[in-house]
Amino acid sequence: MIGGLDAGGAAVAIGTGIAAGLVGCFALMRRMTLAADAISHIALPGIGVAVLLRIHPMIGGVAALLFGALLVWTLEQRTRMSTETVIGVVFSMALAAGSLLATGDELIEALFGGSGRFTVIETLVGIAVAAVVVTFVLHQRHRLVLALVSPEIARTSGIDVPRLNLRFLIVFALTIALGLRYVGVLLIGSLAIIPAATAKRLAINLHGMLAISVAVAVFATIAGTYVSHVLHRETGPVVVLIAGGCFVVSLLSRRCA
Amino acid sequence: MVSKGAARAPCGSASNALEVEGLSVRFGESIVFDALSFEVPRGSSLAIIGPNGAGKTVLFKALIGALPHEGSVRWAAGTRLGYVPQKLDIERDLPVTGDDVLRAKAKVTGAPTSDVARAIAAVGFSASSSRKPIGALSGGQFQRLLVATALLGEPTTLLLDEPTAGVDEPGQVSMNETIARLCRERGLTVLLISHDLSVVYRYASNVLCLAHGSKACFGAPTNVLTPTMLEGIYGAPVAYHVHEDRS
Repeated sequence: MIGGLDAGGAAVAIGTGIAAGLVGCFALMRRMTLAADAISHIALPGIGVAVLLRIHPMIGGVAALLFGALLVWTLEQRTRMSTETVIGVVFSMALAAGSLLATGDELIEALFGGSGRFTVIETLVGIAVAAVVVTFVLHQRHRLVLALVSPEIARTSGIDVPRLNLRFLIVFALTIALGLRYVGVLLIGSLAIIPAATAKRLAINLHGMLAISVAVAVFATIAGTYVSHVLHRETGPVVVLIAGGCFVVSLLSRRCA
Repeated sequence: MVSKGAARAPCGSASNALEVEGLSVRFGESIVFDALSFEVPRGSSLAIIGPNGAGKTVLFKALIGALPHEGSVRWAAGTRLGYVPQKLDIERDLPVTGDDVLRAKAKVTGAPTSDVARAIAAVGFSASSSRKPIGALSGGQFQRLLVATALLGEPTTLLLDEPTAGVDEPGQVSMNETIARLCRERGLTVLLISHDLSVVYRYASNVLCLAHGSKACFGAPTNVLTPTMLEGIYGAPVAYHVHEDRS
């Protein structure tokens, strides 16, 4: 058990930390730091609609996130605007819409997360999604690096860059969905970005960055869950504050891995 | 690889690495270039010159299918491209090393790991430099890293977009010699964008001049790099050094 989480919940929390740490590195390198926050907001109207329809809120949240990823990719292809701009416009509107649809306790839990017990289905789905995200990033990391360095080098190496971008956006949306349950809409983006920002300061190569980012994200998730349980506070803010503490410490440190 | 790209049928002539016919690129109402046609024989080097904004980099992007275009671009069957971009989109303060980039290219193209060391040695890029973050490399080291990356995957054709940009004068000479030697040794076809007419005169088999949205000239450097032609392209007299030992 970690804090108020049972073994299944703890496994999902750790899986989320690993997934967020890995995806966050590439999101940060692709200049999606602000977008990471904004993209999470699209889950809110989905959660609101799911509550109205009396279905599991996470189903609505995940559906909205996947729809959002597809929308961002389509706008990017059609308008050739930057991802940052498209996400900034679309997903900030989603926060406003979601706030109107979700009310009361559901809104607070959706925004800041909550611990509570995970059902067997939630646990299995959570672990499966985390495994998909981790497998994608580790398997595609070389393609992601080339596309990051130069779309032209990537294309002439046989990479379908638009398709890779879409798959990354979907994986990013799945990572956001993973963290919604206990970190919340407002802060899950931070769980992806702050560990990556910490790793960027400390690492001397890509593998070092991925390893440090995962370590910080998992530590923040576990420690945050425990501390929030002890202090009887919402989970999300505590997790993000601990990750933020790691970043502050990194400011005082030198590159190491 | 090029053979996977859309709208790029194999060349009609077996002696050509590339055949371009009626190629046009527009950004909205603005025409970058219109109805461009030319051929690049296998093992030759084509230099593309023209003032800033003439569409040289856009032409490269159209040739690899990264931009929507009209007309046909036909690469020889089995063409594998190596690309050296004019600049990278990546932030320079990231902990991404030369090794990270080289290993990524090798993995994606299926090149054996031993090819990384060969590519590094071929361009005179040191192994210790390859372990540095790319933001910590000097201009010359950085350009050598890009050329080494382009060489992985056994390319048959290199597209070099100002490969010596940001490199000091001695570095440029060394870099140009290295590229010319590699192309000779490996029988590569080269498409080179350059503002250095001395380099173009010395190394290019043919020159394609872009200006005012169209092909202003095409032919051997000795025929087309005339003061009158260059003044017409650049809008001002242009000086360059003619190497006696042109190869």
